[in-house]
Amino acid sequence: MARMATTQRVVISTIGAWFFGFLIFFPILWMVLASFKTELEAFAIPPSFLFFHWTTENYATVQERSDYFHHAMNSIIIAGGSTLIALLIAIPAAWSMAFSPTKRTKDILLWMLSTKMMPPVGVLVPIYLIFKTFGLLDSRIGLVFILCLGNLPIVIWMLFTYFKEIPRDILEAARMDGATIGRELIYVLTPMAIPGLASTMLLNLILAWNEAFWTLNLTTSNAAPLTTFIASYSSPEGLFWAKLSAASTLAIAPILVLGWFSQKQLVRGLTFGAVK
Amino acid sequence: MGQITLQDVQKSFGPVHIIKGADLDIADGSFVVFVGPSGCGKTTLLRLIAGLEDVSGGKILIDGKNVVDTPPAKRGLSMVFQSYALYPHMSVRGNIGFGLKMAGLARDEINRKVEAAAATLNLSPYLDRKPRELSGGQRQRVAIGRAIVREPKAFLFDEPLSNLDAALRVQMRIEVTRLQKQLGTTAIYVTHDQVEAMTMADKIVVLNGGKIEQYGSPLELYERPANLFVAGFIGSPKMNFVTGELALQRGAATIGVRPEHLKIERDGGSGWPGTIAVAEHLGSDTFLYVDAGSLGMLTARYIGELSLHAGDRVSLVPDPARIHRFDESGNALRG
Repeated sequence: MARMATTQRVVISTIGAWFFGFLIFFPILWMVLASFKTELEAFAIPPSFLFFHWTTENYATVQERSDYFHHAMNSIIIAGGSTLIALLIAIPAAWSMAFSPTKRTKDILLWMLSTKMMPPVGVLVPIYLIFKTFGLLDSRIGLVFILCLGNLPIVIWMLFTYFKEIPRDILEAARMDGATIGRELIYVLTPMAIPGLASTMLLNLILAWNEAFWTLNLTTSNAAPLTTFIASYSSPEGLFWAKLSAASTLAIAPILVLGWFSQKQLVRGLTFGAVK
Repeated sequence: MGQITLQDVQKSFGPVHIIKGADLDIADGSFVVFVGPSGCGKTTLLRLIAGLEDVSGGKILIDGKNVVDTPPAKRGLSMVFQSYALYPHMSVRGNIGFGLKMAGLARDEINRKVEAAAATLNLSPYLDRKPRELSGGQRQRVAIGRAIVREPKAFLFDEPLSNLDAALRVQMRIEVTRLQKQLGTTAIYVTHDQVEAMTMADKIVVLNGGKIEQYGSPLELYERPANLFVAGFIGSPKMNFVTGELALQRGAATIGVRPEHLKIERDGGSGWPGTIAVAEHLGSDTFLYVDAGSLGMLTARYIGELSLHAGDRVSLVPDPARIHRFDESGNALRG
């Protein structure tokens, strides 16, 4: 009886999980499908699900009209660059807070996180003016800078949680074994922190890749990443669903692939510290 | 050589005074156990000797040299942690050899020493495994291996066996003691388990509230406790304390009798009368918890089986030669 109930529960929860998984995935699936339709079919009511005239002309048009690779390169540079700089700043910051905390450490962390609660549009005008004054508008370096600063609190917070999980005893053991601070870093701490560093890096890459507010407002063409590339298809001339879908599919493809291959790291990174 | 001397060692964390002036002389090659209830400062004292904490006052001499300003690695001591503190990303070989690598030894020499240490600890088949692939006992052995391979002046053990199950703990206790005798290296061992302290130590330091209550051999502490705290802490089950008229008759504020020094007579005897509240029959021993009226609850131990049960009336007769006497401030009275 008890076993029956368990099996039933497993079946129900499996079906439920698949259902909700599909529900969440559906918009992406719909977008990919639409990207292979003609503009007319993309609008059609009732919509056709799989039985339509499959075409790749949208992709050709999109590449022709706006250079995909130029935008993709910008995305890679901006996301990669901001992640790298954020890590370089965050590692020592999180390190010192985790291993030599003071009375104020908790407050500093909270204060950092609280900056994320402010809506970016609140500081758009001052940031825009600063960018204008320093000639950073529509430049990659400007975007690297702003995205790095925007994500820094989350990166520090995540790394702090990781470093905190490294037992103090191990560091003390290394000290007893005669390791200097430098060697302790190289031989003991860094190897132990690598999983944490990897998932923090991945999450930051994804956040920076998908960031749309600053990238849309501070670029036009030169430094425009894939977000701008997508946005250019929702134009005043009217919506081109099929082309917009093709552009979006192209834009999310690289990060989707990256996410797929690193999902283990990502899940571990996001749930870290939640469950002991 | 590994002679360690503490001279008025003090430690405060902010306004909290943890170690209130410790003086101690640890002879070369001896096995000294720090024992006391949790929060008594025993681990802090060990960490002060290790150099993982800085002293707030006093001197720590290792072989006559004051080391309070010497970093941990330069003190020539090695430590075994309660949590083992193995490096999770290194193999057993890497873990044991890490200290030697840091000391800049040649790879051949490191390997030779690591293999010798592993052989002593029966770890040879596991040298290439990672700590997570080992059992608790094996991990503990690796931690000990890491300590012995450096041939330190002294070993510091911080409750190393408390994460092991009871059977393994007894086995490792014997192994650690044997290993220390074999190497002849000074050892300081922290535990809250007084059985560990009694069985392993050449000398025991009983700590309470940041002060050394008594320093002596296990039997000295058992037979001649310096005060009420040591009398109550050493020995299991705990010593019985009686105050009032009976104590005054013997010229003391409190008298103490160990459970094994109370003779149990069936009702009608000449001793302290009472009713058995709980009787524990272990086969080898019988423990009786006796409600002795105004004297309170008394514990009596009988070697072997005694067929008495809860509710039976008994009379407890203390061995007159084994009655401990204490004054108002809790210090032992002699003579």
